[in-house]
Amino acid sequence: MNRRNGGTDGGIRARAAARLTRGIPLLAWLLGALLAAILESWFGRELADLLDLPRVPVLFGFEYALNKPQLIPATLAFLLLVYGVPLVLGARLLRAPANAIARALADRAPAVSVLVHLALVYAVLHLWTDLSDYRLIVVKITLIAVMLTLSLNVVNGYMGEFSCSHPGFMALGAYAGSLVTIVGFTKSQMFGPPLLPPALGPYLFPLALVIGGAVAAVGALAVAIPSFRTRGDYLAIISLAFTFIVKSLIENLEAVGGPRGLRGQPDWANLPVVFACTVLCVGVINQFVRSIYGLALNAVRDNEMAAEAMTINTRRTKMIAFLFAAFWAGVAGVLFAHVLRYVNPGTFGLQQLAEVLAMMYFGGLNSVVGSIVGAVSINLVSEMLRPLEIWKWVFIPLLLILVMIFRPTGLIAFREFDPLALVRPRDGGGGRGTPRGEGR
Amino acid sequence: MTVFLQNLVNALQWGSFYALIAIGYSMVYSILMLFNFAHGDVFMTGAYIGCGIALLLVGLGSAGILVLPGWLVLVLTLLLAMVVTACLGMFIERVGYRPLRDAPRASAAITGLMIGIILETGNLILLGAQRVKFPALIQPVTYELGGVFVTNQKIMIVIVALGLALALHQFIRRTRWGMAMRAMAFDYAVVPLMGVPINRIAALTFALGSGLAAAAGILFGMAYPVLDPYMGIVFGWKSFVAAILGGRGSILGATLAGFLLGFIEIFVAMVFPSTLRDFIAYSIILLILVFRPYGLFGEPYSVRLRL
Repeated sequence: MNRRNGGTDGGIRARAAARLTRGIPLLAWLLGALLAAILESWFGRELADLLDLPRVPVLFGFEYALNKPQLIPATLAFLLLVYGVPLVLGARLLRAPANAIARALADRAPAVSVLVHLALVYAVLHLWTDLSDYRLIVVKITLIAVMLTLSLNVVNGYMGEFSCSHPGFMALGAYAGSLVTIVGFTKSQMFGPPLLPPALGPYLFPLALVIGGAVAAVGALAVAIPSFRTRGDYLAIISLAFTFIVKSLIENLEAVGGPRGLRGQPDWANLPVVFACTVLCVGVINQFVRSIYGLALNAVRDNEMAAEAMTINTRRTKMIAFLFAAFWAGVAGVLFAHVLRYVNPGTFGLQQLAEVLAMMYFGGLNSVVGSIVGAVSINLVSEMLRPLEIWKWVFIPLLLILVMIFRPTGLIAFREFDPLALVRPRDGGGGRGTPRGEGR
Repeated sequence: MTVFLQNLVNALQWGSFYALIAIGYSMVYSILMLFNFAHGDVFMTGAYIGCGIALLLVGLGSAGILVLPGWLVLVLTLLLAMVVTACLGMFIERVGYRPLRDAPRASAAITGLMIGIILETGNLILLGAQRVKFPALIQPVTYELGGVFVTNQKIMIVIVALGLALALHQFIRRTRWGMAMRAMAFDYAVVPLMGVPINRIAALTFALGSGLAAAAGILFGMAYPVLDPYMGIVFGWKSFVAAILGGRGSILGATLAGFLLGFIEIFVAMVFPSTLRDFIAYSIILLILVFRPYGLFGEPYSVRLRL
């Protein structure tokens, strides 16, 4: 996320940037980013002192530079020294060895190559978030938002329904998963002593995730079955009613805390767990939408009757899509509850709905990369603009409206995401310009 | 029995708000095939505009510059606020929806949501976080009919709501503009070929819907005098539910479904603990839609969806 190269300026500068970045594989960029992260964690504080900054810029300096413009030059210098120069130089210098490694890996074991890249991404994130708890929570929430947005895209983008039920699925997952961990492994005022030895807990946390997802998937039946008979706006209402019902139901269940919410979730959703879940979610959903099931979803979206005539079992397709999306939304809900370690039903209301819809349609319909970009950018931008306080809620909507007017299907819509193409070496073959798919 | 009748009166009042807002959703839908998700916030803005106008008129009256009787202030407030909010609605249509007319419908939905957020935030920035109190324009008089208490306010609210709905119905049935709107709802593609200015008709539709929302806002302000910037969200979404429940694009359906939603909510709250209101109300709606997937007055899909 801290990779930047001047791509949008157009003209000579863009061409110069393209020449500078030509032939650099993703591996080199990641190594450069790792270098930047290491530099920051070693010298960040000293450099910040040297430049008279109050502290290390947590989110690229936005958190104070918007209020204190006199700090902008120093912040820019910091960003350039710590992120910009190491990133570009590192990537540039390591170009040849990185290409060789990428080639060797891609030729022998493409899967290993993907794993190596993921490990590097994780290392960068780990080092970067080690510096401040605020960064850590922002990154975790962003990763969870990626899962949510992506699972929403399965229904709203690939299948073309306008489903408003995601906060409901998320709430079901969050509460089911929290109940498993709180009742099972912690001593709480509400549920008494743990049923199982707490030491087992972290190992059985995946179980809680699966249960959360499964409960959400069962809840999704309430939306999936009506979707056989109706679609479009009526399904939107059914799914909206579903969200209202789930929220209201939880508010009225005193056993899980009612409107006061549920607290005391153990702190098991650390960065590795959240990262692993997100990667798994992206991988599985990407395979799903590229499989024959994904094509069936598109067929149902484009013309249900024709799809039926082409022997696609539309009912089964819809059922699978809803349950699958709900499962991942439920898993995201469990993680969300364990990151914040507190949930209340008010979280899963219209606000959440508007947020996840905005992220999805901003990123792009029918596109895995789009969802990742949408979730990451909206989350980061909204954190970075926090110092603007209330004006933030004028700028972000305006941004979204502009995107909708100029790119009605979202930033990166209808793009297939191929991880193997992303990790391939860049020195061979025709002179490609900037590397494709810089989102990740 | 008196409890029932009393709640019936309350439900009529509560349903009036839903009905007036739902009509706006429904009209825009029938003409442009999209839902104006900013409509709930237009309702909120209408209430604030009405409140401002009423405060101004009351202020002028107490300063002795322009002394008007309370009912006249109310009528003026209603009319002026409806006109101003109608202009707001046309503006929203121009900047938010017209550029997106050929885009996927979901994009327009997102734009609507975002315009709504801007209206809420703009209100907060302009007026700060303190709540605004709607001035009492007419002296409340309570009548008792066989144990049922009815205030003149409630009667007025229901009558104004029904009157506006009826006036709109007549407008659409009887005038050339209304005929153009019906034609556009019937076939969006062919109508421009017949010389109907579709942009003007679309703007008119937004203006009418927003005007009704402003009326709903003022009536709401009379009944529940404390306004806050987020009051439009829940009302908006619930009226959206009512609009769909009535059947896509059916004004009669939207009105009736608005009242129906009001009845369901009030009577659920009468029988069960009021925290269960949403749960039961939406379960009922879910059931209705499962058995009547096209709403109460809607027609099954015949037009290909533009999604």
